[in-house]
Amino acid sequence: MSKVLRNLMFPLIAVLAAFIAGGIIVALIGDDPIETYKLLVGSALSWPEGIGYTLFYATPLVFTGLAVAVAFRCGLLNIGAEGQLTIAAFATAWAGLTFSKQPAWLLIPIAAGMGILAGAAWAAIPGLLKAHFGSHEVINTIMMNFIALGVASALTQSYFKQPGDAILETAPIGAGAQISRLGKWIPGLPQRIPVNMSFIVAMIACILVYAFLWRTKWGYEIRATGSNPDAAEYGGISIRKQIVLAMAVSGGLAGMVAINEVMGYRYRYYQGFSSGYGFTGIAVALLGRNHPAGVLVAAIFFGALMRGGLFVDIFTEHVSKDLVLVLQALVILFVAAEALFRRKNRMAKGMPL
Amino acid sequence: MQWITDLISVSLLASTIRLATPLLLAALGGLLSERSGIINIGLEGMMLAGAFTAAAVTYYAANPWAGLLAAIGAGLFVAFIHAVACIEFDADQVVSGTAINILMLGGPPLMSGALFQTTGSTPQLPQSSLIPNAPMAIAFGLVPVVWYVLYRTRFGLRLRAVGENPEAADTAGVPVKRIRYAAVLISGALAAIGGAYLSIGQSSLFTRNMSAGRGFIALAALIFGKWRPFQTMLACLLFGFGEAASLQMQGVIPHIRVEYIEIVPYVLTMVVLAGFIGLSRPPRALGQPYAKEN
Repeated sequence: MSKVLRNLMFPLIAVLAAFIAGGIIVALIGDDPIETYKLLVGSALSWPEGIGYTLFYATPLVFTGLAVAVAFRCGLLNIGAEGQLTIAAFATAWAGLTFSKQPAWLLIPIAAGMGILAGAAWAAIPGLLKAHFGSHEVINTIMMNFIALGVASALTQSYFKQPGDAILETAPIGAGAQISRLGKWIPGLPQRIPVNMSFIVAMIACILVYAFLWRTKWGYEIRATGSNPDAAEYGGISIRKQIVLAMAVSGGLAGMVAINEVMGYRYRYYQGFSSGYGFTGIAVALLGRNHPAGVLVAAIFFGALMRGGLFVDIFTEHVSKDLVLVLQALVILFVAAEALFRRKNRMAKGMPL
Repeated sequence: MQWITDLISVSLLASTIRLATPLLLAALGGLLSERSGIINIGLEGMMLAGAFTAAAVTYYAANPWAGLLAAIGAGLFVAFIHAVACIEFDADQVVSGTAINILMLGGPPLMSGALFQTTGSTPQLPQSSLIPNAPMAIAFGLVPVVWYVLYRTRFGLRLRAVGENPEAADTAGVPVKRIRYAAVLISGALAAIGGAYLSIGQSSLFTRNMSAGRGFIALAALIFGKWRPFQTMLACLLFGFGEAASLQMQGVIPHIRVEYIEIVPYVLTMVVLAGFIGLSRPPRALGQPYAKEN
């Protein structure tokens, strides 16, 4: 069996297995699995509503999926994309507020850049802790998810909240930082559907990540560290440097979620805006085989499920949109257990945990 | 500086022990799993499984002991998934544990929505349906028990052997897989008791993601405790103290936002982990799947 075929087949088997297991759960809860899945998947296919919203939900998942994939390639599990994108969204909103008078050509790169930098810095901390003290990135990134929420919420309340606003959100960012919706250019796609320029950015990011991982020395060294750290070290690669670099790139990618949420959708930082994008990114990366092309496809798939989840919430009697989280977990589980067929451990031998 | 004296009190000690309890239960479970060679990053999810099941069953049965038993059952079930994935299918243990955690992020609200028509939380339980003290006694009572089992029984010797050198243990006739199953299942049961304590001990209902990272803090505690029961207990007390102090500081120290105080336990976890990890050695076969040579 060719490698390409196998790479396509195993994810499909994992998705199928997850849907069967999920269907049993739906049936146990007391709804019709077929009808539920029709709502979940079917609602994504209509034009322009279904497809527009699916791509909108897919956009942050491309970024978090790429983030998790880059870390994975270095043998690291970044489950802190959630915290990284939270801090990034706050930083982007901060820049969009602080320099709100600047023209778009200046403000857009500043606001996006601040988010990317903040995400990269936030992820570099657990990278540094792993590289220099050996403490496991999984625990540290989880801890930093909670810290990110606390810090962003405290700063918002102290300095950036619109007076009299009951919701925990910042004032709106300057007009120059607001990017346009795809509906502006695509006929038939109304501008009220929030899919925006950041979807284009996400596709470009896929290409750049591919080029970075497979066409640059840094990318090669990251992959070498991930596949065999001992051999990489013997070959003169500084594993510590690669760990920090991979985490920073990963966090920067997670930070790009801010472009979609803050600059393209809500035009402000908004507490709790992320409905688990960071965690879904893990499923996206694993399903996409940690490859940018796979990540793009998997992100659109999970984006469709997120969109469909809202319909499941409304139109089924018992099942809620939490079914989507359960399906994600099952996909991860089946992809992980699929190593059975290969007898090859993708992750580098971990540090003590 | 009035706030300093406000902080030091008997109630601080009591709440330290109270807050250390769920950590200790999960950490003792994690300790057994890891000593057998299986990383259990799914402790968080197993706690959530226990917390939800305890609250839901206690609601229907109006009996917290039924709730606690059901929670243990739920913990065993979730741990079994992790065990099968890791032991039979050589799944990456960290990835499998992460899947467990995400499963329990979505599973309980899904069930709650079906049972109680609300995904946010389970119904409030009456005071008479709570067990605020028993899990504490279980947690601290288990410390010497785990120590005894680990160092003074045949099962404990085999468990440690399997975690250090499964090949040698296998050659000596130790059933590696069975021991690992037992260890992971016990860890699920203990983490679930810890979770049950959150929903039917400390509070009176289940809320979404109510464990708030405690499964991960428990992992940090057992690393800090060098994979040993008594040291792990001390580590849990330290983290419990951090949380208790941060709770008491809220509103006492002027001009500091409550969010900054709430993150203290998480920062403390990272600092402790970074400061002490090099000083301890994990079980040698930790994280490595074992397949019998043919």
